Amino acid sequence: MKHEFKHLQAAHCENGVTTNLLRTIGVDKITEPLAFGIGSGLFFVYVPFLKINKGPAIAFRTMPGLIFKRTCNALDIPVVRKKFSSKESAEKYLQECLQSGQPVGCQVGVYYLTYFPKEYRFHFNAHNIIVYGKEDDKYLISDPVMEGVTSLSSYELERVRFAKGALAPRGQIYYPKENKIITDQQIRKAIETGIKRNVNHMIRIPGSIAGVKGIASTGKKIKKWKDKLGQQTAGLYLAQLVRMQEEIGTGGGGFRYIYAAFLQQAHAFYPNDTLLEVSKKFTQAGDMWRNAAVQAAGIYKGRIGSQADFDVMGDYLLQISEIEKKAFEALSKIKWNS
Amino acid sequence: MKKEDIPQDDGALNKLTKEVVYAVDSAGNYTTELSTGWKVKTTALDLAWEDIEQRIENARQKVLNNEASPILFFIELRLMDVGIVSAYTGFWKWIIKQHLKPVVFKKLSEKKLIKYAEAFNISVEELKTMTVHEA
Repeated sequence: MKHEFKHLQAAHCENGVTTNLLRTIGVDKITEPLAFGIGSGLFFVYVPFLKINKGPAIAFRTMPGLIFKRTCNALDIPVVRKKFSSKESAEKYLQECLQSGQPVGCQVGVYYLTYFPKEYRFHFNAHNIIVYGKEDDKYLISDPVMEGVTSLSSYELERVRFAKGALAPRGQIYYPKENKIITDQQIRKAIETGIKRNVNHMIRIPGSIAGVKGIASTGKKIKKWKDKLGQQTAGLYLAQLVRMQEEIGTGGGGFRYIYAAFLQQAHAFYPNDTLLEVSKKFTQAGDMWRNAAVQAAGIYKGRIGSQADFDVMGDYLLQISEIEKKAFEALSKIKWNS
Repeated sequence: MKKEDIPQDDGALNKLTKEVVYAVDSAGNYTTELSTGWKVKTTALDLAWEDIEQRIENARQKVLNNEASPILFFIELRLMDVGIVSAYTGFWKWIIKQHLKPVVFKKLSEKKLIKYAEAFNISVEELKTMTVHEA
């Protein structure tokens, strides 16, 4: 069971699975940035009462699963999504898909993902891969964050498909149901929907933990971390912020560069120059997130660490919040007439 | 970020793959480039691991001092928390907290010990003796 499948590397796993799966049904105009933007992938949230690996729960992107769902919805592509209570039926269904020539997306946990380096194997259950075939006992795997394809034994695949804990995948499989011809007009409309939704999520969401207000309130919190948490824990918290922002999948600068790329590509479908201007704003925001990461690294490496240094760190986030607020306000003023 | 400014430092991920980074070219257009890593995030990950090693060591000491059962050590070793152990074993969280007490742990049935051993991917003997052998 080996099918013609073209592996394309992406920055982020879910964007990559989305673009690669869409290619299997003949939709080849949806690049990684387009999938990310149409899926309204850009976000910020700091959930104060939740801890991840004893550190702050911070995310720079939307909930796992939504990018694929929203992109397919926006393009009117029907989706099949299944979870399983038994491992046997999960594998049986997977084999049936592969036999019928259908590569599928699988949600997996990375703790037991054998090909990942040990340093990256945490109990994170929202990684996405494509299974595109089987040879003997080896399932053929396309992991979008990797340069090339790989494989997993049936036992190894079962273990990651049935990882336990938060966001447990429960064998989840998903794929676009049928071949579709997607018009440029549909893509234009999808871009519009994606941008409008992202505007809502970033500047109109209530409360102070999410969106641009969440960035500002996190900046204010950071200024208090030195006193509140002590130097060591504050360092660990900042390190966690940097990892969420820069680790595999973000494309750099907490997904802000991917979003900037999206706006440039959107311009090709919808030639409104606001998109290009705002794209530059997100490049600037991404650069500032990276400058903030350098400042954070100075603190967690112990090179700097005075209250003034924490203030500089917090101020970065306050400034970023302003830039992103203005950027989304500009996007909200676009007169769409598609 | 400009394409030529993409860092090419060493990092743990580099053992597996280079990663895709988005940046602008000289004409201001977005493009992708592979990166071997960035030292800023490498040190962030190193720091997280130093903290984990420290927690594992603290847990080992607690078990040796008879202040906790070996379950605590393996929770830390396997980067878990009580919630994740609960999901793998099917035990309630408050029950697991009881099992963290050395006196309670010593009375655990073989059946329960097997559940923990499976969750930690070790043998019951290794669980009882706090032995680690990594393949």
